[in-house]
Amino acid sequence: MDFNNTGDLVGFWNLFVVVIVAVSVIGCGVFLWMQDFAKHKPGEVTGHVWDETLEEYSNPLPNWWRWMFYFTVVFSLVYLALYPGMGSYKGQFDWTMRGQYDAEMKAADAQYGPKFNQFLKQDIMTVAANPEAKQMGGRLFQTYCAQCHGGDAGGQPSFPNLKDGDWLWGGTPEKIKETLTQGRMGIMTPKGTKPDMDAEQTKDVVHFVRSLSGLSSDSIRAQRGKELFPQACAACHGPEGKGNQDAGYPNLTDKVWLYSSQEASMIETVTKGRQNQMPAFGDFLGEAKVHLLTAYVWGLGGGVKAAPPAPPAAAEVVVPVAPAEAVPAEAAKPAEKK
Amino acid sequence: MLTHEKIETSNTLMIILTTLVVSVGGLLEIVPLFFQKSTTTPLNELVKPYEPLRLAGRDIYIREGCYNCHSQMIRPFRAETERYGHYSVAGEYVYDHPFQWGSKRTGPDLHRVGGRYSDQWHKIHLLNPRDVVPESNMPAYKWLDRPLKDTAIGAKMSALRKVGVPYTDQEIADAPKALEGKTEVEAVVAYLQGMGLALKQSR
Repeated sequence: MDFNNTGDLVGFWNLFVVVIVAVSVIGCGVFLWMQDFAKHKPGEVTGHVWDETLEEYSNPLPNWWRWMFYFTVVFSLVYLALYPGMGSYKGQFDWTMRGQYDAEMKAADAQYGPKFNQFLKQDIMTVAANPEAKQMGGRLFQTYCAQCHGGDAGGQPSFPNLKDGDWLWGGTPEKIKETLTQGRMGIMTPKGTKPDMDAEQTKDVVHFVRSLSGLSSDSIRAQRGKELFPQACAACHGPEGKGNQDAGYPNLTDKVWLYSSQEASMIETVTKGRQNQMPAFGDFLGEAKVHLLTAYVWGLGGGVKAAPPAPPAAAEVVVPVAPAEAVPAEAAKPAEKK
Repeated sequence: MLTHEKIETSNTLMIILTTLVVSVGGLLEIVPLFFQKSTTTPLNELVKPYEPLRLAGRDIYIREGCYNCHSQMIRPFRAETERYGHYSVAGEYVYDHPFQWGSKRTGPDLHRVGGRYSDQWHKIHLLNPRDVVPESNMPAYKWLDRPLKDTAIGAKMSALRKVGVPYTDQEIADAPKALEGKTEVEAVVAYLQGMGLALKQSR
């Protein structure tokens, strides 16, 4: 992108700057030099009297001070010869703020680039097992992710817990990387696909969903809600309420609730709908950092193993894992991973 | 000859010469910028005049004194661009009257905060920062969750047009409608989400 403005100072304004700079610097020097010719007699007073008895001597500047002023004039001339300052003249060093920044970035790339690239070539699960990568990923996480997901990645209402094995958009390395790179947008429409539900029906559906999740519920309401569920919710959350990670539809049968499992909160969700977003980080962070962060997040304990190449099996493996079912999987994983 | 005595005993001379001396810096460093392409034309097509809601949010940003703790100026140092994104350039601020560069960072720089967090996060964070960032020392702006009342939005846009923001008559006439039913916090979030997008895609 072109926002280079070094060639911007042209014509009149170039002259304007050059003349004022030259006149000020040379003027200061001449003025100083003229002081050497002023006639000073030791002890002479200017005749300026104030506060009854205070008088002003007409002494010359002390020498150290005079020379210091001369030095500043010389310094500015040398500076203006070496660095930009005289209008569009670039200076002997050809220094620019951007040039210095680019050099700084290049030096950093030379120092850290090989390390990032080394990890970029490895697959996520290998990177996740590397303690150094984990440390680097942890620092990146604290800088870019902790504001929403929390310093311990434990999440908070509206912002998913990243270490519990429950994933809205899939927990395989590929899916996590996709989430980080492109971001995600989760939208629940008000009252699902049945906008004509009244408050009572909404409450009935909520109670049915609570029963799916094993939360306390009114069984009569739940029974009525069950009738409404296929029409209002099943299009996204599936006939059994197990959701769909390909589209980010949450599993309603597990015990993980993004917006608290209080009845009031759930009624609010169904009544008003929800909109939530994971911002995209791909362009901002670049692939190497996204790779390290993916490995870090995957390795927090909730990562799902990459889908095996065989297509029919793939769907099975990526299926949402409810925490209750995830426990054995969790228990089995460390043995494979560590 | 302008002697010491002559200058110090003449009000007129003293005023003229003092003014001349103190204005050299400004004449050199500020005045030419009013006539440079890089400072007076938008950087690219992504730099647009503030829409009414964002403009109202910007006024709330100023009213609440956000600039006391947040800058909007990313300097060209690696330590800053790694954290915030591409360094700021002059052509991004052409519609800012006045600019909100700020000079103090008790909180982070906000120039590229647009799109960095979700709307939801901003709302929670503005109303009570501790709800999302437990370590935060930012004050809670709980009162922002109230209806937005900005009756002067059209007049503000007309005033901005006088200093060079290209609003059309239609845009100014439609402005009050764009603010209907909005809350103050929504306006601030809209303002924040639009910030710094012109160079978002490059580092």
